[in-house]
Amino acid sequence: MSSKLLTYTLRLADDILILSQRLGEWCGHGPVLEEDIALTNRALDHLGEARNLLTYAGQVEGKGRSEDDLAYLRMERQYTNVKLVEQPNGDYAHTMVRSFLFDAYHLPLMQALTKSKDEQLAAIAGKSVKEATYHLRASSEWIIRFGDGTEESHQRAQAALEDLWTYTGELFEGDAVLEEMTSAGMAPDIASIKEAWSKTVDQVLAEATLKRPADAFMMTGGRKGLHSEHMGFILAEMQHVTRAYPGVEW
Amino acid sequence: MTDVKNLEELFQAKIDAEQKIEPKDWMPDAYRKNLIRQISQHAHSEVVGMLPEGNWITRAPSLKRKAILLAKVQDEAGHGLYLYSAVETMGTSREQTIDDLLSGKAKYSSIFNYPTLSWADIGAIGWLVDGAAIMNQVMLCRTSYGPYARAMVRICKEESFHQRQGYEIMAVLAKGSPEQKEMAQDALNRWWWPSLMMFGPTDANSPHSEQSMKWKIKRQSNDELRQTFIDRTVQQAEVIGLSIPDPDLKWNEETQHYDWGEIDWTEFNNVVAGNGPCNKERLAARNKAHNDGAWVREAALAYAAKKAKRKAA
Repeated sequence: MSSKLLTYTLRLADDILILSQRLGEWCGHGPVLEEDIALTNRALDHLGEARNLLTYAGQVEGKGRSEDDLAYLRMERQYTNVKLVEQPNGDYAHTMVRSFLFDAYHLPLMQALTKSKDEQLAAIAGKSVKEATYHLRASSEWIIRFGDGTEESHQRAQAALEDLWTYTGELFEGDAVLEEMTSAGMAPDIASIKEAWSKTVDQVLAEATLKRPADAFMMTGGRKGLHSEHMGFILAEMQHVTRAYPGVEW
Repeated sequence: MTDVKNLEELFQAKIDAEQKIEPKDWMPDAYRKNLIRQISQHAHSEVVGMLPEGNWITRAPSLKRKAILLAKVQDEAGHGLYLYSAVETMGTSREQTIDDLLSGKAKYSSIFNYPTLSWADIGAIGWLVDGAAIMNQVMLCRTSYGPYARAMVRICKEESFHQRQGYEIMAVLAKGSPEQKEMAQDALNRWWWPSLMMFGPTDANSPHSEQSMKWKIKRQSNDELRQTFIDRTVQQAEVIGLSIPDPDLKWNEETQHYDWGEIDWTEFNNVVAGNGPCNKERLAARNKAHNDGAWVREAALAYAAKKAKRKAA
């Protein structure tokens, strides 16, 4: 069971760490100063959750690996985040749609995880729920502003939705790890998370006057460590200093 | 004419009595202009200063350092906001103030025209650049214009945290591997002199200083603040075993201060004139963010207008 718990915890950690890394790229380049603050805050919240999860993953593994060992010394194939979070920032519509699609999944996931039979996961989720709530509120508000704002913002938001929709299937993929975690009462039933996600997406897109893309082909592979070509560059940038000076304190 | 003279006398009497000037109070045009220039430069410095530090967020060598750096840069953006608001109390809109930055008309602290080339530069910025800024900012907590003084009180609390985290980065590097220590020393070598330049020209060559002291916008001269900074920082460098890159640096028993070498004012003037290593990049980055964000700001305004109209209907 502990290897399943490790795999599951790393999936949660990798999603939120890579999203944080992407959002961190915005710092100093946001469309307005208030958004620079909001984006940095979002990146910081995600990083905090990632650190809790990585530390816990290291404990579950029992080999003495720290949060930094797990973040800085794993390669692409060992990272198991969904491809959605590694997609480039693009314009602000892409960044916000990516966050919205993730937030609408992350909030019900964290809410449900607070009831996990694994006390650590439940505690970490408990800490994240409040943040996840305002992340979803803020990204939903932007989707509505874009959709119901100007013609240009509407088009950009719709284009971002069309581009990123293919990456949403992966959020709800099931496999043996997830099945076992769910039947042990340690992970929520992913179908119920999908239901909550789908409802939020429909509500927000309706208010935004945006069209929900059709569920055509869905990308897969992230959970198995099969990523897009972006992933290598994300890790190269994130890890290069740490790898250049192995074994030292910072 | 007599009226204005009376008002000016009253104004100066108020300042001499250590009373704060508030937005609705009468003030001489020159006081207003001087403050708009100074506060907006300060605001721009916070915002442009996000760039050299933001440069290392994606590459911070541990998750803890990444978190601290994110929080720090977020603070800088917050400082920018308070200060733009302080400028607005003097009757200049935030848009106008920002346009002046983007067009290159307004200045910001030249220190941010230097590049951050290694992780140790993040330590050096916190320790030296924020350290130098604090010298000025502590003084500005008592500045005569109320909204500026109050903004500075809040800013100072955060800046002293920034300085400590920068010094701590340097301390860890200095006692780390030989490569880390070399990285720290190299950063100190590159940032030392530009940090001293942050206090501005010598008192003899400072065009705005005398009037600013009389109006109690400033309370200590550039040279006094610079000397205090040097005295303090030299000791901090000794504690962590790094050397200040100034062969003329020497303790003077008589003055109870350090004597030190000559600032390269040609370099200072060059960077102020736009020829620093990163002037073009910094301004280009701000302009790109502003231009790329135009449709976002328009969308937000358009949506707010639609919403207000629906509510009214």
